[in-house]
Amino acid sequence: MRHHLILRVVTKALIGPIILFALYVQFHGDFSPGGGFQAGVIMAVAFILYGVIFGLNAAQSVFPTWLVHKLMALGVLIYAYTGVATLFLGYDFLDYGAFDPHHPAHGQHWGILAVEFGVLVTVTGVMMAIYYAFAERRPRISDKDW
Amino acid sequence: MSEQAHVARTLADHLPILVVLVPFLAAPMIVLLGSRILAWIIAFSASLTTVFIAILLLLQVHEGGVISYHIGGWAPPMGIEYRIDAANAIVLLLIAAIGTIVLPYAVRSIRHEIDQKHHTLFYTAYMLCFTGLLGMVATGDAFNVFVFLEISSLSTYVLVAMGAKADKRALSAAYNYLIMGTIGATFFVIGIGFLYAGTGTLNMADIASYISANGADRTIKTAFAFIMVGMGLKVAIFPLHQWLPNAYTYAPSAVTSFLAATATKAAIYVLLRFMFSVFQPDFLFEMNAIKGIMLPLALVAMFVASLIAVFQTDFKRMLAYSSIAQIGYILVGIALLSTTGLSGAIVHLFNHGITKAALFMAVGILVLRSGSSFYARIAGMGKIMPFTSFAIVLAGLSLIGVPGTAGFISKWILVQAAIEQGWWPIALAIVASSLLAVIYVWKVVEVLYMKQPAEGLTRKEAPLSMLVPMWIMTLATIWFGFDTDLALTAARSAADGLLNGFTMAGGH
Repeated sequence: MRHHLILRVVTKALIGPIILFALYVQFHGDFSPGGGFQAGVIMAVAFILYGVIFGLNAAQSVFPTWLVHKLMALGVLIYAYTGVATLFLGYDFLDYGAFDPHHPAHGQHWGILAVEFGVLVTVTGVMMAIYYAFAERRPRISDKDW
Repeated sequence: MSEQAHVARTLADHLPILVVLVPFLAAPMIVLLGSRILAWIIAFSASLTTVFIAILLLLQVHEGGVISYHIGGWAPPMGIEYRIDAANAIVLLLIAAIGTIVLPYAVRSIRHEIDQKHHTLFYTAYMLCFTGLLGMVATGDAFNVFVFLEISSLSTYVLVAMGAKADKRALSAAYNYLIMGTIGATFFVIGIGFLYAGTGTLNMADIASYISANGADRTIKTAFAFIMVGMGLKVAIFPLHQWLPNAYTYAPSAVTSFLAATATKAAIYVLLRFMFSVFQPDFLFEMNAIKGIMLPLALVAMFVASLIAVFQTDFKRMLAYSSIAQIGYILVGIALLSTTGLSGAIVHLFNHGITKAALFMAVGILVLRSGSSFYARIAGMGKIMPFTSFAIVLAGLSLIGVPGTAGFISKWILVQAAIEQGWWPIALAIVASSLLAVIYVWKVVEVLYMKQPAEGLTRKEAPLSMLVPMWIMTLATIWFGFDTDLALTAARSAADGLLNGFTMAGGH
């Protein structure tokens, strides 16, 4: 990819806006289509694009495999512990009203934001894991031997 | 949800969700910490907590009554409801107990059978499978059953595939199971879809009240057929059992002991729940399906699978086929459509669970010492490993149904139920197929005690960490053979609860 100057420059310029757009989709999920699943995929796209253009090693030095595995688990934990927090506040599991007893609707907003963040983290991790799993595979027969 | 109406919940109110939540939290925690020793400690403490929760739940409902828990505070039928009654509390306890007892056993077993780098993932998959099975049983929402079914199934495929270090065929067994299991789950979810289309709700109690009020139209009948076939695949009802022998044979021993005692049992529970609570037992279409399809298939399974088991040369594979035959007994109990038959089925589900767990654990110990479970390799082990071999004899007696063991009690009730209905041929069939069990168990005893051991084997008894869990299971089969009260009362109230459906508990 060393010769593809345009691809490299455009990619570098795009990565920031892609991440920003992911965060927009994430936080605007309350009011318009979007949320953790879509935002997670878009977030992962930023890193996958980097990997495709600059190579797998470059991507993995930014976003190492071990981090991918931890993120997948972390997101699930964020989601689950949001539910545990509502338990401790004396409400049912995942009853977000607990976060603002005077305004249950506000509590719902906080709760949704928290679990959607968990979804974002896990989905980003899973998308990266899928990409790495396929990209890391070495072909059994090298291209010349075909 | 209004401010005034809210009364703070205490821990005791949350038990129905905690029974699923505790092992579920353990799984990502294990990945996050990434340490092998911590993984085991977390998994074991989570599953031990689950046992206590399951006991507390059973104590609350074992004489009838229902606990209903609303996820997110959304009242059913809109919200997801967890619903604990006598029928699922006993299954929850079985799954939690087996899952906990297998864990100390797993430490040595997986060190031998699974690559070290996969150990933390093993515990993660184990905890997820555990969560899935508990969730399938605890939930009162039809779609939630499917979600948990998938959680347990996907992690099961991973667990089975981990046997690949010892035998590469574990991979094709896991793949085969993946295909069959996915077809089963798809059929199940198509059935749920039809139910939703027909009734407009996903809450099981709500579906039940809709069907009893409005009767079943063609959509609901189709739903019933899809659900029966889908769950039938998971249960391994006779012609749908093809995935089971390979999956059980090539999975790591700890996984097989866990799955054999819990996975098919949870699926049977779901089948029971749909047959008797969601659809009404007097619903004619269902009666025809049970009497005309399920009963003959169950009888065929009892004989054909037992016969295949007789001719096996691998102990583990023999036990897998015997499991298919034992599922036949459970289905016969269900097909008798009486309280006695159903409680016989539930007791047998429980007793067969502990018996098979003991036997598969024993196989794992033999594999640890002799490298494989082929009869030729384990010959003469009776003298070398007296504790393990004697446990196999005792658990084998329970498999046959000799008086004084758990297996006897459940078969006795099944025979009684058949006679109650005046179905003598079925009572005779149960006894006759038990004779086949005598043959296959005797073959193992003969191999263990009357053959000369093969050369070049490690000749010593197994480590205590494996012996103790196995003996707990073996002694449990004897215990439940004498103390029949506990299991029987629970099974009877479970059967009553199932047959009366959701109407008894008053719905919502």
